[in-house]
Amino acid sequence: MSAENAIVFSNVSKFYGEVLGVNKINLTIPPGVTSLVGPNGSGKTTLMNVLTGLLQPSKGWVRVHGLSPAEPEEFYPLIGYCTQFDTFPKGLTGYALVHSLVTLHGKGRTDTESITWEAIGKVGLTDAAHRRIAGYSKGMRQRIKLATAIAHRPSVLVLDEPLNGLDPMARTEFIELFQQLAADGLHVVVSSHILHEVDMISDQVVMMSHGYVVAEGEIQGVRSEIDEHPITILVRCDRPTIIASRVFADPNVVEARISDDGRGVIVKTRNVDEFYSLLNAIVLEEALNVEGVATTDEDIHSVYNYLVGPNGQPT
Amino acid sequence: MSRQETASKGLSPLIKSAPWGLWFRQTMAVTRFETRKSFAGRRWIAAFLLAGGPLFLLTMRLFLDDDPGTFDGSTEGLIFATMFQSYILRMAIFFGCVGIFTQLFRGEVLEKTLHYYLLAPVRREIIMTGKYLAGLLNVAVLFVPATMLSYLVMYMPYGSRVMENHFVNGVGIPHMLTYGGVAFLACAGYGAVFLLMGIIARNPLVPAMLVLGWESLNIFLPATLQKISVIHYLQSITPVPLPFGPLEVITEPTSPWVSVPGLLIMTLAVLMLAAYKMRRAEVSYSTD
Repeated sequence: MSAENAIVFSNVSKFYGEVLGVNKINLTIPPGVTSLVGPNGSGKTTLMNVLTGLLQPSKGWVRVHGLSPAEPEEFYPLIGYCTQFDTFPKGLTGYALVHSLVTLHGKGRTDTESITWEAIGKVGLTDAAHRRIAGYSKGMRQRIKLATAIAHRPSVLVLDEPLNGLDPMARTEFIELFQQLAADGLHVVVSSHILHEVDMISDQVVMMSHGYVVAEGEIQGVRSEIDEHPITILVRCDRPTIIASRVFADPNVVEARISDDGRGVIVKTRNVDEFYSLLNAIVLEEALNVEGVATTDEDIHSVYNYLVGPNGQPT
Repeated sequence: MSRQETASKGLSPLIKSAPWGLWFRQTMAVTRFETRKSFAGRRWIAAFLLAGGPLFLLTMRLFLDDDPGTFDGSTEGLIFATMFQSYILRMAIFFGCVGIFTQLFRGEVLEKTLHYYLLAPVRREIIMTGKYLAGLLNVAVLFVPATMLSYLVMYMPYGSRVMENHFVNGVGIPHMLTYGGVAFLACAGYGAVFLLMGIIARNPLVPAMLVLGWESLNIFLPATLQKISVIHYLQSITPVPLPFGPLEVITEPTSPWVSVPGLLIMTLAVLMLAAYKMRRAEVSYSTD
């Protein structure tokens, strides 16, 4: 991946006086959906604000497609940032807000009109466009904020807790929209502390704790690097006791127990590949009827707990 | 080739290649956006009341005072000059500018909306210029006509003959235009000062009160110090000077040929400082 097509943080630190925001961040974010995961105060928003130029790093530098925020005319057409601030200029309608911001991009009058309606349509607010934002529901405010971020067709979309306040149907719509944007080749950088949502959206994750990046990469990749925590696999089959008794022969298996409903076996192993080879052999030899095999702790929540603990404290 | 020649050769293509058209469109877009926000909000109401106060009183006088007395041009001129210098300049325009200009940036930080601007592909100097022009438009549209109308209404109780003599044959029109011009320069000068304060101070009212103190005590200061103020130059170009009061330090008024460019240069210098500060501004609402 070339730096021209990536988001690059080089040794970025940000301090608020004596207080650490983020420290020594070296990160390259490829296209696709990348999630920043961490508890409140872990540095996610600081990292996003530095990325978008709202904050200047105390040390290091950031480049988006090779450009820095110091070149606003070239940099900001690339960036759409949906901040976590639920605030809007007073007295404006949704249409007026998006239209005014598109105007700042220096587009012609006709283009501005069509771009504004396109963005408002994408977030499903066409009918409410001429109503004042002050009268919008929380979900509608999230939508109009997203419209301001995507209106100018950026190639990097930064979303800080974008699903906050949305009802389940809207969450599904938004997640589909993010995935569609990523499929179109956009960088989508999402922060969230709701881990199962991130799990659904992301291609890769950046896990943060106390201002540091503690892990990054594809979720499975990050998970497999945590050697000290065996991976848990649930095998559902007609005779789970046979599997339970035979997998103990594998020195990498540290635990095998029958699931509560008696229809599966839960195995903890330090070597997934070896376990799957063994499982294949057992299934063939014993002619087992396997209903399904799934890892139960490759989701972000488990990975995050392993890395930094449930309260942001390393285990 | 001298260093100066090299510098001028280097600068010229830079100026020529700058996207002036885009910058102009963006400045106008910021000004329109700010004006729209300003009228959608209620920020202008206080300035409207401050600007309309003298006009309201003079209009009331027009209707309620049946006997305005004998017209004596110099007395009326002095009355208006007193009202202009002590209320319109020192109170109405001053506080009108405090209310409008300090909020251009500080208000956005408090309302957590500044990031909408900072995420646009617009140089921060242009954001500042657009906001300043919107603020200037806001206050000038209120104070300049209000001042000129007040001057006009001041003479109306004396009847059409006095009005004709004063405005058509006398100094009425030039004085009225000069008062309007001084009001505009006051808006421009104080506007720049309070715009800067809104960028650098967490509570711009504190430095605003210091400026008010400085401008008010100005007449008691030595002549050199008097010249480091906006009010000194504004007073120098008002058409009717006020008589000196007790304890006032008598200072020669500065010529209009120095006062007007001086004020404009000061305004430009303050705006450049504001732009410099703006370039380094960060959005961290939680710490504000």
